[in-house]
This record gives sequence, C-alpha cells and structure tokens, in this order.
Amino acid sequence: MVRFFGILIGLFFAGMMVYSFGRGAVEYVSNPPVKAVEYQFHEKPKEVSFASDGPFGKFDNQQLQRGFQVYKEVCAACHGLRLVAFRNLSDLGYSEDEVKAIAANWPIETPDIDPNTGEASTRPSIPADKFPKPFANNVAAAAANNNAIPPDLSLITKARGGGAPYIYSLLTGYAEVPAKLPEANRPGSGLHYNPYFANLNIAMAPPITADGQVTYSDETEATLSQMAEDVSAFLIWTAEPSLIKQKQTGWAVLAFLLIATILAFLSYKSIWADVKSEKKKKDA
Amino acid sequence: MASIDTAVESGDPAVSEPEIGGVRRRDFINIAAVSFAGVGVVATVFPLVNQMNPSADVLALSSIEVDISGIESGQAIKTSWRKQPIFIRNLTAPEIEAANKVDISGLRDPETLADRTQPGKENWLITLGVCTHLGCVPLGAAQGEVKGEYDGYFCPCHGSHYDTAGRTRKGPAPTNLEVPEYSFLSDTVVKIG
Amino acid sequence: MSFPWAQQYKPTTEFGQWMDDRLPVGRLIYNSLGAGYPTPRNLNYMWNFGSLAGLFLVIQIVTGIILAMHYAANANIAFDSVEHIMRDVNSGWMIRYAHANGASFFFIAIYLHIGRGLYYGSYKAPREMIWLLGVVIYLLAMATAFMGYVLPWGQMSFWGAKVITGLFEAIPLVGKPIQELLLGGFAPDNAALNRFFSLHYLLPFVIAGVIIMHIWALHIPGSNNPTGVSVKGKQDTVPFHPFYTAKDGWFVGLALIFFTAMLFFMPNALGHADNYIPANPLSTPAHIVPEWYFWPWYAILRAFTFDFFFVPAKLLGVLAMFSAILVWFFLPWLDRSPVRSGDYRPRFKKFFWFGLVPCIVILGICGGAPAEEPYVMLSQLASAYYFAHFLIVLPLLSRIEKPAPLPNSITEAVIGKPLQQAS
Repeated sequence: MVRFFGILIGLFFAGMMVYSFGRGAVEYVSNPPVKAVEYQFHEKPKEVSFASDGPFGKFDNQQLQRGFQVYKEVCAACHGLRLVAFRNLSDLGYSEDEVKAIAANWPIETPDIDPNTGEASTRPSIPADKFPKPFANNVAAAAANNNAIPPDLSLITKARGGGAPYIYSLLTGYAEVPAKLPEANRPGSGLHYNPYFANLNIAMAPPITADGQVTYSDETEATLSQMAEDVSAFLIWTAEPSLIKQKQTGWAVLAFLLIATILAFLSYKSIWADVKSEKKKKDA
Repeated sequence: MASIDTAVESGDPAVSEPEIGGVRRRDFINIAAVSFAGVGVVATVFPLVNQMNPSADVLALSSIEVDISGIESGQAIKTSWRKQPIFIRNLTAPEIEAANKVDISGLRDPETLADRTQPGKENWLITLGVCTHLGCVPLGAAQGEVKGEYDGYFCPCHGSHYDTAGRTRKGPAPTNLEVPEYSFLSDTVVKIG
Repeated sequence: MSFPWAQQYKPTTEFGQWMDDRLPVGRLIYNSLGAGYPTPRNLNYMWNFGSLAGLFLVIQIVTGIILAMHYAANANIAFDSVEHIMRDVNSGWMIRYAHANGASFFFIAIYLHIGRGLYYGSYKAPREMIWLLGVVIYLLAMATAFMGYVLPWGQMSFWGAKVITGLFEAIPLVGKPIQELLLGGFAPDNAALNRFFSLHYLLPFVIAGVIIMHIWALHIPGSNNPTGVSVKGKQDTVPFHPFYTAKDGWFVGLALIFFTAMLFFMPNALGHADNYIPANPLSTPAHIVPEWYFWPWYAILRAFTFDFFFVPAKLLGVLAMFSAILVWFFLPWLDRSPVRSGDYRPRFKKFFWFGLVPCIVILGICGGAPAEEPYVMLSQLASAYYFAHFLIVLPLLSRIEKPAPLPNSITEAVIGKPLQQAS
C-alpha cells in the first residue's frame, strides 16, 4: 500500500518537475534570458592585499592610524562608526591620553540629557563612549544626503561580499560614464558612475579625489590609492577588532589538537592491534 | 569456530595482554591520550567561564571623572559609579570640626576624617552611597533628606546613623561608608576608580 | 540485554556496589557506551558521525547557553547585543563563532550519518524506529537552526524569517492566519524574535531527549554494519569500550581540527555578508538564500514554476519541499529489499552513487545560486530524480534486483575466508 501510493506520488512530483523543466527549456531556447546591463559593466573588486590577510597576518598599526585619520577627515562627517568605542582606539597604538583627547575633540558630540533642564543636549565624548552618529536617525540621514542613507561603517568590510578589497575598489573606482552604457542605466542627478557598485550608480560623491587630500604625519605619501588602502585596512579592524587574536588563538588550538589527535590515533591503533592482527594472521 | 573465538578473545586487552611487568608502551599512549583530552577540556572551560567576568564596556566605565565645581560648601551630590551610588560631599567648617572632635577610640570602626579624605582636601568627603549593613542607599546626600542623629547620613532600612565623616555611629552598620579609590585631577575634577 | 555474551557490569568498589543497588548509573553507562555493549567489529569510519553529531550538539548547547547570557532578544538591540558579544565580552567572539560554525558542523555530521544509513540500509528492519526517530531529530534540528539564524536580527535573519514563514501562507484558506499566528504580527518583529529565541533555547533539549530514544532504540538490535549481515555471535562483536571509544575519540580530534580551523581562520565563510547589516523591513537583500544546509530543500521549493490546474506553483513547491523530507518516514516500507548493505546491491549502488548523490549535490548548488537559468532547470531535473529515487526506483528495485552473495557472517567478511562450517 505504501509503495503503491508512493509510486503514484513519485510519478506526480517527478512528472511535474519534468514538465516544468520542459516548459522552462523551451522558454530558455526560444526566448533566451538577457543578462542585465549591470552584469556587463559591473566589475569584480580589484586585487589588493592587506597586512592582516592570511593565517599569519597582523595589523599594521601605522597603517590603521593613517586609515583612522582618513576616516576622521574624509568619511566621518556622513558615515558613523556606532559599534566602535573611542577606547578601542588604544588597539591602534594610541596612548590613554591620546584616546581621551581624540574622544573629547571629536567633531560630533555624544547625545546626552542636560542635567539641569532634562532637555536633549550633547557633551564631549569620553573614551567609554561609542563614536557618535553623524545623523540622529535615518530620516535625518536621508534628508541630508539626497535620500540616500550613508551606511554605518563599523561592520562594512564584513557586510559587503567583496570585503575590504571591495571598499578599496569602490573608493578608487569612480570613472567616466562609458559611452556604450544605455540611457536607463546612466547616473541620474546626484548619482555617480562606479562600476564596482552593484547597480553602477552610487549616491556617494567621490570622497577621495586628490593626492594629498589628507596630510599624514608619518611621511607616507598620501596618494589616492594609499588613502583608500589605509582606510580599508582601518575598516577591517573596525569590523573585526579581534582578528589577529583569533588567528593566534587558532594556531595554539590547532597545535594542541594535532598532538592530541596523533596520540589518540596511536592509542586507537594500539587498542585495535590485536583484533587487526588476527585478521592478518588469518590472511597469511 | 574455536579458532575465531580465541581470535576475538585476544582482542580484549584485559584477557590478551600478558602482564610483562613495568609500564608498557601502549598503556603509556592511552594514558597520554586521555591526559591530553583532559587538558583540552580544562583549557576549553577557561574561556567558557571567563566570559562571565565584566566585559570590556563595563570595565571601561570602572573609572569616571566627576566635575565637582558646582558643589557648594555644605552640599552633596549623588552620582553613579560602577552602577552604585557615590556621595560627594563638600563639608562645612563646623562639620569638619564636629568630625575631628570625636574620640575615635570609642568608634566601632576607628578612622579619623583625615584617614578618609585626601590631604589638603579635607572638605571633600567621597564615599560609596551603600550602607555597610545590607547595601541600602542611606539618606542625607540630597537637600532636605534626613541626615540622622550625627548629621551625616541615615540609612532608613535598619536605622544606621553615620556622622559627618561617614563613619558608623549607631545602628547595625558594622563599618564606615566605604571610601573608593579616587584622585583629584585638578581642583574641580575628581577621578573615581 | 539482547546479547547474551555481553560483558556484565561488576562494581569494583564498595561505593560502586552501593550505588549500583540504588541508582545504577554506572551500569547504564557500562551497558550503553561501555564494555557491556557489544558492537560489530567491522564498522567503518562512516559509523563515526553519530557520536560526532552528538558532540556538536553538546558544543551548540554549551555555547548557546553562554550566548544567551549576553544576548538580548529584542528587535531594537538584538543586533547590537550580538556585536557586544563579538567586541566586549571576554572571548565572546570565540563563543559566537563556535556556535555559528558548530551548527554547520552539526549538519555535516548529521548528513553523513543519514547518508550512511541510506547506503547501508540502516533504516531496514529491525531498525525502523531508530530511523524514524532520526528523521524527527533532523526535522527538529532544522527548525532550531532556522530560528537560531533569525536571532542576530540582521538582514538575512529578517528576510529568512519572512520567506520561511511566508511558506505557510501557501496553505489554502488558513495560510494567512497561520503565518500571522507564527509571527505574532504581519511581518517578523519583536514578537517573532522573542518566541524564536524561546523555542531556539527549548528545542535542543527536545532534540537531546529524542536522541536518548534514538540510542535506546539502537541498543535493542545493536548497530548495523557495512555488510548489513546481522550479528550472529560473540565472534562478530567487540565491546564498545575501549574499541569504539578509542576510534570515536581520535576521530573527534580530527573533526575538531577542521572545526577550529574554520572557527579561527574563516569564521564567516559559511555565513552571509548581508547578515552584518541590521534588519531593515524596507529593503530586501539582492539575493536571499538560507544557510547551506537548507539549500537542497530550497532548490526543490523553487523548482516549481508552473501551476497544476487549480494548485498554484507556490503551494506545490511547499508541498514538494515538505514531502521531500517526509518521504524519509516511509523509507523502511518503500525499500523492501531484504539486503541491507548497498555493497551487496549492484543496481542500488549505481542508483545511489550516480543518481541520488549527484542529485543532492546539484540541488545544493542550485539552492544556493540565484533563481535564474540554468539553475532552475537543473534543480527541476534533480528534483524529478530525487522523488523518483525514493518513490519509484527503490520500491521497484527491490523486486527486480538480484543481490550479490552475502557473507555468512561479519567475521567471515572481516577475515576474508569462508568459515568452516562450525561443529
């Protein structure tokens, strides 16, 4: 009985599938799908490597500090870093006093309540504060930015498929609109052509436009690609502050597990030795 | 069939392995493997328990800076430190005098006002606002609150009285109000913790 | 005990004896996982994945309980509380990544465990109950994993919850009310998040309970083995301890090496970038896919593109997806071949390796790919075979197939020589 109904149900589902396949295949041949324009012009992120890449990678603190400077001077006016606290900056090699000064002098103050009136107010940040948001809420952000909300950058390298290379490519990827681009896909007003962006037209104006836009204190030449690379490296850190610790812990754990597993394997072999040797004896 | 039986029987280490005496190699390996597993489990337990310790954001607030410029002589403020109330009191000259007059040998927890304040800043009494009896918040910091029989703080839960130096004088409280670790960063800013 | 030759538990200490008379925990362990449980001597490494799945369930429960100490099941702060775990809680990143990747490893173990059962006929008499309970465990695990994925309240969490609960909408008449009942609203929000958290915490313990029954049922007939031939006597078995504890032990070490390599060096490789964007009910990610362990079922769901008379394609897809798993409940009665092991079923073996396995792999790939050609057509062909395999091939095959000669006993298969007929 089970088998009888089983075969009926099986025939139904399999038949439906074959039928759907047939109709889909006819459709596919007679009316082949056209790749969207985005696919033709979209480009994969550029190849760029970071000091933190690979199983032995380490953060380059000098670079992270430069990247932080780029973030502060170029990005921070529109893009928040709401999950990162000022105190975290000590990871980049800043001293306690430097962190305190950075927090206190940050151009955007931390929202608070006036202790006397109870009204909303702001105060200078302390190291324990997270980076204050540049806009009070999404409505304010959209209103100030031509209806496009600048994403928070705390997790951006983990929240985009291409990771840090994608951020780097996006920053350095602004280009002239190709002549062949169909009218419908050309950037409208307030949009900018960038082949690394999913739909080719990004609301963000090119943020880094000229060499030397930021003046580095460590003699590094602030070329466009250098700045883009530094800020991308910084954003790797903001997204995963424990990245290096993860890898170091990983090596210790793997080394331990390797030895333990080899011992366990030898133990297994010795325990089974007699049972296995009986098999050999019989074979002989 | 008989031969098979012995074959399997000898697979059982308890039966098969002759006691040659001394530590045998395979015993050593088994012990080493089990020991490693044990070490691994213990090492794994550490982070699993350590995660319950205060997290980085909690620790970041373990020291705070308080602006005391607005506290007039005779006033006190209540602020929060490590999620506990802190009393910062600007003692008046008569209050200091009253505190210094006390013979500390007769106190339950003998301390002078100088022991409980910093040199040159004897008018600043900074204590935890936590009754040392059972942890209630004593009254007396805010204006108009009962200050108790010794004009300091009064804990309404079980009737402990503290004097102007925050010392326990009457009631069940066993010790004086705790003075946290603090330092003056300037004349008007004090760092607690 | 079903094995008269099983070693008997003898307490070695006075306290052991005292306990044994009152609460015989030692005896229970001895008889179920210790020397008192005779196990076929010829199990291969495919028999290691049950205990491995158990280990990963323990890892999930332990790390999960810890995460719950820091996680906040509230739509406003859930996402940030997860980041709090990642950034501020001591070793929080390790515990969260262990939990996230542990789910994947649990499913890897469970799939290989199921695959072993399918190939070696472990679902056949007298082990039907073990198999049925196993399917129940799998269903519970899927529900648990799905609800767990919603908890971080990222974009994929939100849209996953929306899409999966949307499946219930396909049920005629009562679909919409059921969806609203499940969500406690019209779209996933705080109510849904809270109940998913509650159930996500509860279900693993239910799973543990069903696993106990699964193992209990296993101990009645004992383990199947690669020959599929039943245990005939003491010579066919070895005591579970130390033989299989040692084998499981070193294999666990090997599995943990892969697990920790994943955890520490590529913790997000199996996740989705979109889930690091906080949930936004107003913007759908370009490409919604479930976690990899759901991909084959997701492919079947999407394979239905045409209505069947009055039955809409959406409902068909949902029915097919659920049927694809529910068919396992009938497997012991669909496949009536008296031979268990695929090793001795020449035709079954071909259908298994050249039909079912590639079909599941193709379904998996298509389920993870965007809903466009040629993936849809491929998944349609693979789905057709999937249903045909279980519902048509297996029932008919048992009638026409001529099995290869079976060994007389496990021991004969191991030793490699026919036994002299015993006296």
